[in-house]
Amino acid sequence: MRKSLLFSMITMLAAGIPAVAGAEVSRGAILASTCFSCHGTDGKSPGDMPSIYGVPAESLVKTLQDFKSGMRPATVMDRHAKGYSDDEIHEIADYLSKIK
Amino acid sequence: MNTLTRRRFMQWMGSGALTAISTRAALAQTGSGGKSGKHIVVVGGGFGGATCAKYLRRYDSTLEVTLIEKKPEFITCPASNWVLGGLRGMDKITHSYDKLQSRYGIKVVHDKVTAVDPAARKITLKDGAPIEYDRLVMSPGIDFQWNAIEGYDKAVSETIPHAYKAGPQTVLLRKQLEAMKDGGTVIISAPGNPFRCPPGPYERASMIAYYLKQHKPKSKVIILDTKDKFSKQGLFMEGWEKLYPGMIEWVAGSEGGKVEGVDVKGMTLVTQSGLVKHKGDVINIIPPQKAGWIAQESGLTNDQGWCPVNQKTFESTLHKDVYVIGDSSIAGAMPKSGHSANNQGKMCAAAIVTSLYDLPLPEPSHVNTCYSLLSDDYGITVAAVYHLKDDTIAGVEGAGGVSPSDAPAMTRKREAVYAGGWYDSITADSFG
Repeated sequence: MRKSLLFSMITMLAAGIPAVAGAEVSRGAILASTCFSCHGTDGKSPGDMPSIYGVPAESLVKTLQDFKSGMRPATVMDRHAKGYSDDEIHEIADYLSKIK
Repeated sequence: MNTLTRRRFMQWMGSGALTAISTRAALAQTGSGGKSGKHIVVVGGGFGGATCAKYLRRYDSTLEVTLIEKKPEFITCPASNWVLGGLRGMDKITHSYDKLQSRYGIKVVHDKVTAVDPAARKITLKDGAPIEYDRLVMSPGIDFQWNAIEGYDKAVSETIPHAYKAGPQTVLLRKQLEAMKDGGTVIISAPGNPFRCPPGPYERASMIAYYLKQHKPKSKVIILDTKDKFSKQGLFMEGWEKLYPGMIEWVAGSEGGKVEGVDVKGMTLVTQSGLVKHKGDVINIIPPQKAGWIAQESGLTNDQGWCPVNQKTFESTLHKDVYVIGDSSIAGAMPKSGHSANNQGKMCAAAIVTSLYDLPLPEPSHVNTCYSLLSDDYGITVAAVYHLKDDTIAGVEGAGGVSPSDAPAMTRKREAVYAGGWYDSITADSFG
C-alpha cells in the first residue's frame, strides 16, 4: 500500500498534478479513524474514555490482541477487537503510534 | 525510500514547495477562482456533515470546504434523553461551530439550502448567493412523515412533542414532565424501522422513569410500539425490572401497540382501528421518518424516502459528484445514529480526497457504538464493526453485539461512565 501510494505521489509530482497535502489516506488511517469516535481525534480523549494517543505500537497490538482473545477484561473493546484481523490490528497500531 | 511514510515523504519534499505545486495546479484545473483549489460543499452540520468537513481538511489541507447549516449551534440528539431525565442541562448538549472554522479553516455558512442542481454543480441558498461545488456532501438528517399518524403534524408537535430533533422540542417535553402530577401516565409512541437511533425511544422511557421515580413515583410510562422487537430489548427489560419495577409497560405492535391516530384535545392515542384509546397526561409521539427535506427535493431519494449510495464511497447512485451520509443514506447494516454518521463522514472524506487525486481508496471500515443510560449509574451498549461484503456494508461476523445480561452493578456503572466519555469524545471528534 505505502509503496504504491508513494509511487503514485512521485509520479504525480513529476507530472505537476497536486499531491494530497495533509494526513495520509491509508488503510491504517481509515481503520484508526474509527477509534477516534470514542477515544477522541488522534486518540486524545477529552473526557472519561481512555486516551490511546502516544502509545507504542507493540503495546497497542498486545492490548488489542488481548481484548480479542478475552485475556483482558473489557466492557466493549472485546466486542470491537474481534472485528479485526491480526494484520489490521498491526495497521491500526502502526498508524496510531506514529501520530504526532 | 521503501520505509518512507507519506508524512515523512512530504516533509522531505518540503511543504512549501508542495503547497505551491498543489495550489497552482488545482486552480488551473478548476478555474473556479477558489483560494485553495477544489471546493467541497457540505450541507448539514450534524455529526455526519461536521465530521466530513473536518476530515476533508485533515486529509487535504488544500481543499476549500464550506459547511452550510441553518442553525447557529448544534444541539445533539445523543444525550437529549439525559436532559429529559435531569442528568444534564441543554447547555451541555449544545455545540458551537467555531472550532471547525478556527482550527480547521472550514467556512461555515448559516443559511438554508433551497435547491441543488447536480448538472450545474450548484446549490441555491435562501439568503446568500448560489454556491458552486466540485463535490457536494449532503448530510441533512431526517424529516418526519407528518400525518402518517392521523392528526399528528408539525403544528400539533408544539403541544404533543416528538422531541426527536433535539432543541426546543426537548425542552418542551421536559417541561411537560415537570408539570405532570404524581400518578400521571406518560405515553411514548415508537415508530417502525428504519428510524433514527433505534434504542432512542427505550432509553427515553428509562430516563423518564428515572426522573419520575425520584419526583413522581406513582406515575407510569407506557411505550406503544409499531414493532414487535427493539434494540437491546433484553437488556432494557432486565434493567427496567431491576430499577423501575412495574413502572414501564411496553406494548408490541402485534399486541395493539401501533398508534394510528391522535386526539389532541382529549390527549388520547388511538390504536387497533380506533377500538382502543390510550389517554396520557404527557404524550410523546416519535413519528415515522424519511430523509431530510432537501434530499427529497434534490432527487436523491428512492421510493421509500431514503438515499441509495455507493457503499464504499457514499456517492449517490442517482447523482454524480453528490455524496449522502448520515441518517438520510442507506448504509447497509449500519443503524441511523450519530456514531454511524461520524464514521461515514470520515469514510466519505477519504473517498472524495482519493478520487480528486486518482489515488486508490483503501477498503472501508466502520464502527457503531451505542451507549444507552437506564439511570445515572446504569449503562448498556450495542456495538458493531462493519466492512464491505458483497458490495454492501455488513457487520463483521463474530464481532460486536450487546453488553452481557445479568452483569454485576459495577459493569453497568462502568458503561454509564463511558457513556459520558463517549459523548465527550464523539462531539469533540465531530465539532472540535
